Amino acid sequence: MSGNGSNGTGFIGASLKRKEDARFLTGRGRYTDDINLPGQLYAHLLRSTVAHANLGSVDTSAAEAAPGVQAVFTGPDMEDVGGIPTGWLIHSKDGSPMVEPKHPAMAIGKVRHVGEIVAIVVAETRDQAREAAALIDIDYQELPAAASLEAARADGAPLVWDEAAGNLCYDWEVGDRAAAEAAIDGAAHTVSIDVVNQRLVPNAIEPRAAIGNFDPTTGEYTLYTTSQNPHLIRLLLGAFVLGLPEHKLRIVAPDVGGGFGSKIPHYAEEAILTWTAGRLARPVKWTSDRSEAFVSDTQGRDHISTATLGFDEDGRFVGLKVSTQANLGAYLSTFATCVPTYLYGILFAGPYTTPAIYCEVEGVFTNTVPVDALRGAGRPEATYLLERLVDKAAAATGIDRVDIRRRNFIREFPYQTPVALQYDQGDYDATLDLALEASDWDGFEARRNEAASRGKLRGIGISTFIEACGIAPSAVVGSLGARAGLYEVGSVRVHPTGSVSVFTGTHSHGQGHETTFAQIVAETLGVDFEAVDVVHGDTNAIPFGMGTYGSRSLAVGGTAIYNAVQKVIAKGRKIAAHLLEASEEDIEFADGNFTVAGTDRSKSIGEVALTAYVPHNYPEGLEPGLEETAFYDPLNFTFPAGTHVAEVEVDPETGEVELVAVTGADDVGRIINPMIVNGQLHGGLAHGIGQALLEHCEYDDEGQLVTGSYMNYTMPRAGDLPNFNINHNTTHCTHNPLGVKGVGEVGSIGVPPAVINAVVDALSPLGVTHMEMPATSERVWQAIQAAQAQD
Amino acid sequence: MPAVTMTVNGVSRSADVEGRTLLVDFLREKLQLTGTHVGCDTSQCGACVVHMNGQSVKSCTCLAVDADGADVTTIEGLANGADLHPMQKAFREHHGLQCGFCTPGMVMSAIDLVNRNPSPSEGEVRHWLDGNFCRCTGYHNIVKAVMAGADAMGGGS
Ligand code: FES
Ligand code: FES
Repeated sequence: MSGNGSNGTGFIGASLKRKEDARFLTGRGRYTDDINLPGQLYAHLLRSTVAHANLGSVDTSAAEAAPGVQAVFTGPDMEDVGGIPTGWLIHSKDGSPMVEPKHPAMAIGKVRHVGEIVAIVVAETRDQAREAAALIDIDYQELPAAASLEAARADGAPLVWDEAAGNLCYDWEVGDRAAAEAAIDGAAHTVSIDVVNQRLVPNAIEPRAAIGNFDPTTGEYTLYTTSQNPHLIRLLLGAFVLGLPEHKLRIVAPDVGGGFGSKIPHYAEEAILTWTAGRLARPVKWTSDRSEAFVSDTQGRDHISTATLGFDEDGRFVGLKVSTQANLGAYLSTFATCVPTYLYGILFAGPYTTPAIYCEVEGVFTNTVPVDALRGAGRPEATYLLERLVDKAAAATGIDRVDIRRRNFIREFPYQTPVALQYDQGDYDATLDLALEASDWDGFEARRNEAASRGKLRGIGISTFIEACGIAPSAVVGSLGARAGLYEVGSVRVHPTGSVSVFTGTHSHGQGHETTFAQIVAETLGVDFEAVDVVHGDTNAIPFGMGTYGSRSLAVGGTAIYNAVQKVIAKGRKIAAHLLEASEEDIEFADGNFTVAGTDRSKSIGEVALTAYVPHNYPEGLEPGLEETAFYDPLNFTFPAGTHVAEVEVDPETGEVELVAVTGADDVGRIINPMIVNGQLHGGLAHGIGQALLEHCEYDDEGQLVTGSYMNYTMPRAGDLPNFNINHNTTHCTHNPLGVKGVGEVGSIGVPPAVINAVVDALSPLGVTHMEMPATSERVWQAIQAAQAQD
Repeated sequence: MPAVTMTVNGVSRSADVEGRTLLVDFLREKLQLTGTHVGCDTSQCGACVVHMNGQSVKSCTCLAVDADGADVTTIEGLANGADLHPMQKAFREHHGLQCGFCTPGMVMSAIDLVNRNPSPSEGEVRHWLDGNFCRCTGYHNIVKAVMAGADAMGGGS
């Protein structure tokens, strides 16, 4: 798209190179572990090696006496502080609140997953802390573990929490059960599916780290932390855990090396490090190593579902019913409870007009690492299930896969789904058409035949999807159980000489906000891109904010900045009117100039800014200065949508799946920086492909993590992925002034079912009808063997 | 404690280190060269790649004492003032970085590839980067950047 911002300066829509790159490319990024404070001590966190045990004695005496050790603390030392809170209260079908056990910062009396923190050892050096920790003698009185959904829901299962019978946290529902069941009962055809959405490890490449500090002269605590949302951490840590007022608690999230959801939660480590720094009145630093990250970063997905779709003779969907069990892990992380409910069940309309939908979800405690948001968070799980079902429906009826989707598309907007959401806008045919053309869908049979001549099974798969992003309207989420508002804050400070500092409550950990937000301000304020800098990640610098997740930074945070600019312009108009001796109503603003309508008399934003700070000739009663803040609470979610197509070749001898082509046709709303948007799509696609083909987090029956390092957890590497064919068809969001929707999660939501549908398509000549993720060569090979054995 | 001396980014640096001190810790903690990152403990992510005597090594898998007498280049030593190395420029131009955490290792690794193979094919780039994880970019733009960087380096440097 061309630049068509309100002032036409062309910054919006341009692929400007990123402001943040120079520091990252020269080694001058400043990540948490790069920061060292004078007098800093180092912490080692001793973690449980067993999944479920009563804690007998914890003998720390030898560790305390070890060289360099300054302190050792265990759970009971922190017993008086609050539990690590959960951000969302879910109610069960019967109206009862979820079971919400207290989550102590360090284990007290019991450990409930491998990796749970039992003690902190603080020493002069990292090695001293680690070596001293090895001297702590813990009497683990082991208990049987409930290490999976099946084990936790089995009769007589070990209980993770005594108060949670059957290990059930909640039994939630959305939609009209009776209507959905009646529609399915009366349907001409039905298809059903059982799917597992496997557990994943987020694996941001920067491991988490934290530095706690305390200044006894001011009573101020500072926490440097690898977080996507510093103000949220301040709120949870200050108000709920340590009881510190906001003005005595500063959270700094400096450069952060990827998050993907795993750096949203308020972690126990943050509370422990802050508290310990206070006790010792010295800075204390902790940096996770990767093995530790595998058992302490929140993990993602982990659903088992069964679903039935009813449809009429023409393939029109009439009813959908979904029953899901969602693994929450041992403790309730910040967004753990809402991800498999309000970010999942309400997605089941997808882009289709299915009139009756019902989804029920059991949230289940297990003796595993807590589960929380991971890129897409609930929406990939819903989309995968739905798009596998749609392919099954096509196979059952013989209706073409593309055709059955098209027959069911929503075409009238706004559209109220039967599961709470109201879509404002979309054009699903357009993205479908674009994807078919860009992927040469019609030419596929020739490619299949050519592959067959080489002994390969080639398949093509499609998914058409929507997502709900830009979370979220505070009143709506509040009524659904959220314990915070989900608005965002932007501040725009025009300095006396016309340069601009922008303060945002969102946080950039790869998304390029310093560039995109500067483009918005440069365009709307009519100043040079180089004159705008964006500040984020420090609660002492930024008025407030809720942070970055749910593809909300641009739609919510960008809008807050845009609104703050409008306030600046409104004030500037008053100043300009005074200087130009015109009435305010006659002043027009464009390209950075305030002009008296119909004349060439004007004042630039720079002149107005200088006047605002040197107000010798100034409107009576107007405050000096040119700085405005806006809080923006969105009116609705945004609804990016698209079509993804994947093409694979399977080697029938080995089961190896080669992903040969991936095509995306996406409607992510108005695009501010196409280069950055495409980068976000690429990253999301890689994440989704990782889930479809490679990644799988597994525990054994004792709750030991089997895939606890990069040796056995398969991360996508450069050689595993093709180039991506990205295409855009853009409709503008109707309820924010920028028309933007969000892009960070699109790939991980849309592409997994396309890849699996392609694998199933490739194997369909052999009679294979289903494939679980990840479609590893072993799994595919076994499916081939099983199918051949049946012949 | 053994003393080590090495040339780092053109400057001779000496320090006493423990025998077990890793090169990456020496660089990050003794020399405050924090551009070299640590992303794993199994020698797989490549965030820690530096050049030793002109070749890429994983500095997490190398002892500081093993680098005694060596010529080490880190990401901080590539640019000439504000003038970025062609590979750094190519990463910026082609959006080959997002969060920036894998980036120093990627760039150092890519330069070594081009030094060995001045005009790598896309497949060769993808294969070479097997030891460098990126969770942000999906590699698409990294591969583009490395190929453009190879061109700009004019066949190795
Ligand atoms: S830190 Fe991961 S390979 Fe060196
Ligand atoms: S840019 Fe974030 S890991 Fe590569």
